[in-house]
Amino acid sequence: MSATYEPIATTTLGSDQTSVTFSSLNTTNFTDLVLVAKASITGGGAGSLLFRFNGDTASNYSYTRIYGDGSSAASDRASNQTAGGIGIIGNQAVSSAGTFIASIQNYLNSTTNKTVISRGSDSSGGYVSAFVSLWRQTSTISSLELRFGSTGGFESARSGSTFTLYGIKAE
Amino acid sequence: MIGNIVAGTFSAGVAPVFSSYESIATVTVGSGGSSTVSFTSIPSDYKHLQLRLIARGGSGSSNDSYMNLTFNSVGSSVYAAHQLFGSGGSAQANAFASQTVIYLNRIAGGSTNSSTFGAVVMDILDYASTTKNKTIRALGGWDGNGSGRISLTSGLYAQTTAISSITLTPEAGSFPQYSQFALYGIKD
Repeated sequence: MSATYEPIATTTLGSDQTSVTFSSLNTTNFTDLVLVAKASITGGGAGSLLFRFNGDTASNYSYTRIYGDGSSAASDRASNQTAGGIGIIGNQAVSSAGTFIASIQNYLNSTTNKTVISRGSDSSGGYVSAFVSLWRQTSTISSLELRFGSTGGFESARSGSTFTLYGIKAE
Repeated sequence: MIGNIVAGTFSAGVAPVFSSYESIATVTVGSGGSSTVSFTSIPSDYKHLQLRLIARGGSGSSNDSYMNLTFNSVGSSVYAAHQLFGSGGSAQANAFASQTVIYLNRIAGGSTNSSTFGAVVMDILDYASTTKNKTIRALGGWDGNGSGRISLTSGLYAQTTAISSITLTPEAGSFPQYSQFALYGIKD
């Protein structure tokens, strides 16, 4: 008997990595995808946990976010980006890495642009955040690539960071 | 060495999993749209519920369109909500007390790109309790490449009655085609 909520793939990095990719997603038959990550990045400061679909590196992404940095709450947005956002991620040791969860709903439909909602909890890194991202393509999602830092200067995810992708199937 | 990695996949042969997370019902809006989406006769043998949806506001709705949420067809002033949200300019908060609905997270509507839908994930913990008022929490929003809103909602249904039905209505008009609402039950 198949479960409604199943793991698709997982990886724990054995070394710093510039990207993590989940592929062949269009061969699955779920309704939604859920990414769960515990990760931190290299570099001189906090950045963003970013994503791309289907290898699309064009400026087809945008996001609106809200976040707190310990002293104030703020909201901003970014348009026409080359990647979407999941959460604000710190550069601390992976033993104190933040946790992130993103929901990608109706990823196999070919009629709507794709909206991703997500939360980041990175107290050690100094941030709590929530994002809504848009990928302005109606294509079914076949791959999910995670990138780190900023589109103006990518960093790497630290060795020991963990990324797990789940599928949820609606009846 | 710095490089990239392709995550592994679980191969065939993994032992079957009997999940405590089950699909209860799914509503996918057809070409005629739907002025109301309801889940009725919800089984009482789960511990918690989760509603996952993508939707747009109907004709006549604002670009930043709200949804109304009620339980058990109760339309009296027994609902409240608090929201923390960001529309790209500043973090804001609002509160609604003694309402006839819970104002759920905003979604795209109005004159926004018709292919852009909002998404919401809502949890109702201990929905079948007959001794506790019901609290919902939701994360959701929409982005329109230069517009949008992300919000966290906490809602109250001040009734100790077990929840047996959930009803959502758009700000105006009907939820359009391709809106989808999926209800799941979580067992303890």
